[in-house]
Order: sequence, then C-alpha cells, then structure tokens
Amino acid sequence: MTSRSGLDAHLVISRGGGFTLDAALKIEAGDTVALLGPNGAGKSTAVGGLAGLIPLDDGRIALGDRALDDPARGVFVSPEDRRIGVVFQDYVLFPHLTVMDNIAFGLRSRNVRRRDAHRRAAEWVERLGLGDLAGRKPPALSGGQAQRVALARALIGEPELLLLDEPLAALDASTRVELRRTLADHLGQFPGPRLLITHEPTEAFLLADQIHVIEGGAIMQMGTAEDIRLRPRSRYIADLAGSNLIVGTASRGTVGTGTVDLQVGDTYIAGPVLATIHPRAISLHLHRPEGSPRNTWETTVARIEHYGDRVRVQTGAPLPLTAEITPNAERALQLRERSAVWVSIKATEIGVEAA
Amino acid sequence: MTGLRKRRVSRPPLVLVALAVLGLAVFVVPLLGLLARTPWRDLPALLTGEIVADALRLSMVSSLAATALSAVVGVPLAWVLARVEFPGRSIVRGLVLLPLVIPPVVGGAALLFALGRRGLIGEPLNQATGLVLPFSTWGVVLAVTFVAMPFLVITVEGALRNLDSRYEGAAATLGAKRWTVLRRVTFPMIAPSLVAGLVLTWARALGEFGATITFAGNLPGRTQTLPLAVFVALESDRDTAVALSLLMVAISLAVLVALRGRWWRSL
Repeated sequence: MTSRSGLDAHLVISRGGGFTLDAALKIEAGDTVALLGPNGAGKSTAVGGLAGLIPLDDGRIALGDRALDDPARGVFVSPEDRRIGVVFQDYVLFPHLTVMDNIAFGLRSRNVRRRDAHRRAAEWVERLGLGDLAGRKPPALSGGQAQRVALARALIGEPELLLLDEPLAALDASTRVELRRTLADHLGQFPGPRLLITHEPTEAFLLADQIHVIEGGAIMQMGTAEDIRLRPRSRYIADLAGSNLIVGTASRGTVGTGTVDLQVGDTYIAGPVLATIHPRAISLHLHRPEGSPRNTWETTVARIEHYGDRVRVQTGAPLPLTAEITPNAERALQLRERSAVWVSIKATEIGVEAA
Repeated sequence: MTGLRKRRVSRPPLVLVALAVLGLAVFVVPLLGLLARTPWRDLPALLTGEIVADALRLSMVSSLAATALSAVVGVPLAWVLARVEFPGRSIVRGLVLLPLVIPPVVGGAALLFALGRRGLIGEPLNQATGLVLPFSTWGVVLAVTFVAMPFLVITVEGALRNLDSRYEGAAATLGAKRWTVLRRVTFPMIAPSLVAGLVLTWARALGEFGATITFAGNLPGRTQTLPLAVFVALESDRDTAVALSLLMVAISLAVLVALRGRWWRSL
C-alpha cells in the first residue's frame, strides 16, 4: 500500500543557457504544495527532476525513507522505479491507445495480468464518469475528459507522490471551474504528498495548502495563500499573486461577503463565488467619494509597505483589502497606520468566478 | 488592382503550365512506350517462363531479406542517430545518406574491394569460414541492402526525432522499462513511418541493378534479379524484357498506391 511519508527534496539542475534550478521542496503526506511561477521559471524542470526524467546535478530527493536521487552519494532511482504519479502538462496521453489501455498502462507495465489490469482500470473509468469513453482514443476526447484520464492513469498505480504539471492550463474557461473542483476532490483523496505546478495564482490559492513562488529557478517565497497574498516579499510576487481574493455568495449582481455586500458587474452569476480585485483597482480617499463607485466604505489603514515606486496599503475592517497607490498619492492622503480612509471600487473592476 | 490580381490567381501562367506538362511527359511517355510495345496476348506465357520465374523468385527473396536485414540493423541505427548525442553524429548521418547519392555501380565496386575474395574483410572472412560473398545470393542481399537501407534509416530517424519524448517519459513514470517503452509507446507511435520506410526500402531493393551486377554478377538462378533479367533480355528477347518491365512497373505502382501520402509526411 501507499506509505504515508513526505517528500524532502533539494533540486539543483543546470540547463543550457546558464539557467539553473535551485529549489528546496518539503511536502508532508496529505499536503498540497503549489509551485507558482511564470513560464520559464523552472517549474517543469522541477517536475522532470522529481520524476527522474532529468537527473539532478546536485542536491537530493528523498521520498519517505527512500533516497531517489543523490548525486553526491551516487544514488539514482530510474523513473520506472520511483512510484511517482505525474499528470503532465497537456496530459501526454498515448494517442494510439484507448482510454482503457491508457489507464491500465501503469499496471500492465508492472506486469499485472491483462484481465486484472483492465478490471481495475474499469473501476477508475466508472469512478471518473468516463464509462462511455473507455474504447475511445485520446484525440477524440475533450480537454476535461483527457484530464480525468490523465488523473486515473497517474493514480491507478497507487504512487507515493503526485505531481500535477499545469493540470488546468489546457482547458477553456467554462470547464476550468468544474474540473478544478474534480481535481480538488481527487487531491483530497490522495494520501501522499502532492505538488501542483501552476502559473495561475487562483489555482494555487484554491488547491494548495502551501505555496512556493518560483522565479528564475529559485524559490522566492513560501507560505500559505494568506502569507503570499497579504505579505508578498517582492514587487514581483505582489504583481503575480498579490490580488485580493474574497470568498462570497453571489446573487443578482451582489456578492455577499458576510460584512460588506459588493456590487459587481456580473449580474448573472449566482451561488458561491470567488471575487478578485486588483490592488490598483482600489482607490483611497480622505473623504467619502462622489460619483459612480457604488462600493465605498470607511475604514482604517492597517499597514503600509513600500516596493520602489509602489505603495501597498492594507485596510482594516469591515473587509480587509490591499490597495496599491503611488508614493505621491500616499503623501497627498497623509496615510499612516491606523489613520482613517475611504475605500472605493468600481463594480466593473471586481472579477467574479464560480468557486 | 484587385481585379487584376484575381484574374492572375484564377488562370495560371501559360508558360508554367506548358513546362509542367512537359515535365509530366518525361515520366509518362516512357510508360506509354512500354505499354504500346507490350505483347499482351503472349504476356501470360512470357511471365511464366523459367528465367522469369527464377528472376522473380530471386528478386522477392533478396529484396525481402534486404528489408529484414535493414529492419534489424537500420532501425537501431536510426534510433541511435535520433536519440544519442555523440561527436561526429552529422558525419555518421552523412555516411548513411551516401548510398542515396553515389552511383550504385560505385557502391558495388566498393563492396567488391571490401568483401571480395581478395577484399579487406573478404579475404580473412574467406580464410576463416570459406564464405564467398560475391557472385552469391548473399552477395545480392548485401548489395541491395547497401543501396536500399538508407530509405529506412532516414524515414525512421525523422519519425523518432519528431516524436515528442514526453510520451516515453510518461511511460517511464508509469513503471515501463526501456524495452516496454519501445514496444508499447515508441514503435507503435512511429508505426506509420516505420511501415512506409520498410515498403520504400523493399521497393528500392527490388529495383536495384548497379550494385548487384557489380558485386554479385549476373548468374541466372543465383544472382540474376528482375532488373538484371530485363537488361539481358533487352539484348536477346525484347518481348520478355517488356513483360518483365511491365511486371516491375505494376509492383512499384501497387507500392505507391498502398503508401499514398504517408512517406512525404513522415520526412
């Protein structure tokens, strides 16, 4: 059975063009860590290193009490012996095999008899609602179906670590929400450590317990979603991940947050939602603002942070938010901690998506 | 302006069309000549003669043996060229392509110098095992393989290089050992190119003339393949030459129809 042990890795991989990945990752069994960063940050190299497709140049990988790669000690376990489940970017399903054979591939490769492999694959086919598709080949699948096949293929061998490389990037916006929920369910049922690779802050915030922000091959910051969002350690992280995320319930153009009811531009969406407000979309005023913004309330300044030519201001109750303003505006507003301030946000600046 | 451009697009320049028709004629006219000269009534009798039957059998055996030999050593060669980085790889690739561009007669002569009774390898081979390759059916197979194998190597190498290596990586993470990956992922995924390469190799082997006659000679029943029989018959028995030629055209045409567009795409 799957052992309940964590991942402890320090990945050092030099690639051509002077790029070096140098990242430490520690994931407890049952935890999901997101590796969040832009394209070219070294995320897929990290997946290759962990899966054994790219040998480490330095550092080490240990899964539970097993060393998988340790160049200094001459240890290298080849990918087929690592028991790591990988959901690859774009899924990389075998185009010449049916859905059933794709899912059964791992078992067949480990010498499980054909009939037993297919029986167990059939269970996964049922479980993921792929019943009608078992005999189809991947080119005939939608993005969402392909994702489920990829998940089943990775999970059927009961791996000890699950790697998900941009599992939602290949999907269009309309199916992404639903599949993110499916993914959250399956992540929840997987007992080992899980690593989610993504360039989408929302995915990281919704699916991961811990977030590691990676840029240029190095981990720039790690922490909970809350840490990253509210206390980004650099301007870059602030830009990448520093948006305001608010969980609420939408109905008829209003998102109830428990304290403030936000007026939003989307009047059709209903039910549980995630509202995003970019810090630069929030304006701060000394007095109650006039004009069109319908979301406005009085609050106090909780915290002020300076990032070069930007100032991030955290506001307090009733709805804590982070706003981004210029140093000039900061001076004009005479902001300091605990001073009173008015917040205003245009309804159309609030992004809403089903959660 | 737009009117002018439209008219040009809808009616291609006459000069180009005329030259294209001339180009096509280069291929078609000889075939027409062959068909015009064919003794249709005597065809069955001509094609069942002993010399024809011997040549046909020998051609089939040697071309299929050459194809099999190419598969056994050519596919691994293609794999190494596509997947293993080593110094001088482009030189090796050039060597593989050489038989495509040098005259087959030169290839046959080179084989003779290397594997002939007095050849570089032929002499010690002969002394050690008593094996004589020139003027034997094995010599035919070797000469034909020399000329035909590059088709398989370049087709398969191209397919391997175009194959996204992530499929093989994915198979490995699923527990597949190297041979399993080759058997269940790599080869099935390049199967169309592999088949195209094998068929092309076989077709080229079937038509080989220059290297065969130089290295293996022209002994009826032993080394006289179909193309050699055509060459001999042209001197003595024109009707047989025509019948044999027609047979080879028919075989080649069947191969092209079976392949359709596959091989262009795989390159």
